Amino acid sequence: MSEITDLSLNELRAALDNREVNPVEVAKAYIHRIQESDERVKAFITVTEDIALEQAAKAERMIEEGNSGPLTGIPIGIKDVICTKGVPTTCSSRMLEGFKPPYDATVMEKLNGQGAVMVGKLNMDEFAMGSSTENSAFFPTHNPWDLDRVPGGSSGGSAAAVAARECVVSLGSDTGGSIRQPAAFCGVVGLKPTYGRVSRYGLVAFASSLDQIGPFARNIKDCALTFQAISGHDHRDSTSAPMPEEDFVSACTPKIEGLTVGVPAEYFVEGMSNEVEETVRQAINRFRDAGATIKEISLPHSRHALAAYYIIATAEASSNLSRYDGVKYGFRAEEYSNLMEMYRATRSQGFGPEVKRRIMLGTYCLSAGYYDAFYKKASSVRALIIQDFKNAFDECDIIAAPVTPTTAFRIGEKAQDPIQMYLSDIFTIPVNLAGVPGISMPCGFDSKGLPIGIQLIAKHFQEKILFQAAHTLETVLDLQIKWPELKTKS
Amino acid sequence: MARITIEEVEHVADLARLEFSSQEKEQFTKELDEILELVSQLEDLDTTGVEPAYNVLELQNVFREDEVKASLPRDEALSNAPESENGAFVVPRII
Repeated sequence: MSEITDLSLNELRAALDNREVNPVEVAKAYIHRIQESDERVKAFITVTEDIALEQAAKAERMIEEGNSGPLTGIPIGIKDVICTKGVPTTCSSRMLEGFKPPYDATVMEKLNGQGAVMVGKLNMDEFAMGSSTENSAFFPTHNPWDLDRVPGGSSGGSAAAVAARECVVSLGSDTGGSIRQPAAFCGVVGLKPTYGRVSRYGLVAFASSLDQIGPFARNIKDCALTFQAISGHDHRDSTSAPMPEEDFVSACTPKIEGLTVGVPAEYFVEGMSNEVEETVRQAINRFRDAGATIKEISLPHSRHALAAYYIIATAEASSNLSRYDGVKYGFRAEEYSNLMEMYRATRSQGFGPEVKRRIMLGTYCLSAGYYDAFYKKASSVRALIIQDFKNAFDECDIIAAPVTPTTAFRIGEKAQDPIQMYLSDIFTIPVNLAGVPGISMPCGFDSKGLPIGIQLIAKHFQEKILFQAAHTLETVLDLQIKWPELKTKS
Repeated sequence: MARITIEEVEHVADLARLEFSSQEKEQFTKELDEILELVSQLEDLDTTGVEPAYNVLELQNVFREDEVKASLPRDEALSNAPESENGAFVVPRII
């Protein structure tokens, strides 16, 4: 048998069920792997070795008793924006340093109930605001394919940890591309589910009408297995959708005849990398070879999505982040003489620059005299973008597009230019505004050896078609991706 | 013409309960101005008659019976507070 950490979820499941390995051995192999490689990658904020070994022992009993499920005994990493009972949940912010949630997020209850093994909490841009994980208040995470480059963001730790084989699968969150963009940069699969599919209870809020939890995995089937485990209606999240349970794993069959794949002209723009464009177009051609019909479509309001997003997301964030006042949890400034000074000092010292920038923009857009011009206007544009997708899905079953305009950029390259950083999300943002599901999967490499992703998008609650198309593409592309070496490329 | 002045930045900072040094204020004014320039492209798009979308799903209010259920124990609710005393959060004197 190959090394434990080389096995996909599906392979590891078989090895565990056939008693070739036991969950404690698996947990130890992953803890060892983290100790060996995370000094270079820096994906983890907290490694939960004791919890992992305890949960692995429980998983072992579950397997012995014949009660194992798809994730029993599977090491998983969790983005540090998801509440884990008694385990520090920092959102990579000084504001929440030392915060130990008194409860588990719904997704954690689901994972724990199935005997999954949490190996640690993963680095991110502070409060999920960023596209490179450089906005972490603690340290940047490095891209396993080239340690001088960013892993993307905001779920950079979750993507890098899966790529570096420091966990089998991981969870992230996606507000404007924060799962799909890092998945593309790190050469792994990442799913942003339909808004309402996965409970947001216990997900620290950034922009509540856009946020959604989703999985990172090494392949499409592993992604479906993890999504199956975390999705479902939850009465504790009033925006959770009461949908019947579906079998996403069996949708992972290579079958595509009769499917129409739409290609939006607006997603191939001037200024994007030629290599990305060509590789994505070649992958789309493989859909045709596999029996799908390719059709050019239009999402005409795409070019307004970024502006609408930055108004809506920051407006919601400015409201959501008002809870950090130094009273109930987290950081409190040391010097103040009255309540107002305590609020100001606490918030000014506790938040990093990008978080403050977005709170300022959001507060401005919601302030008296500007609400109609900004928030209402942006929400009308959002309605047009939703309609764009509705119209497009009258003509096709799936939309195929690039995930990012370029491959992973260098650490520091865009750190001083907020707008350049925002532009790295232009292809992922419309999906959040429309609430539809999107998956990012590897489709090739550029000449520097950096991964290139392709994005597939489906109608609301059509994740099954998404998995079917993605699995088909994965099969026909047959990339045979080698593991990244965790080195610096020249 | 600048889209935002330093005075407006000061006013917004006050609303957001944030404070900045004069150097930071200048930096923020410049950056916010650039971002507002970016988002102002929406002005070119005619949205007359378009109903704003505040959510993507046709959400309805979710009702449930008003039943008494267990809530977070007080000591756990207070366990992360920077300062607490006698079962309450402590804040600076306000009266």
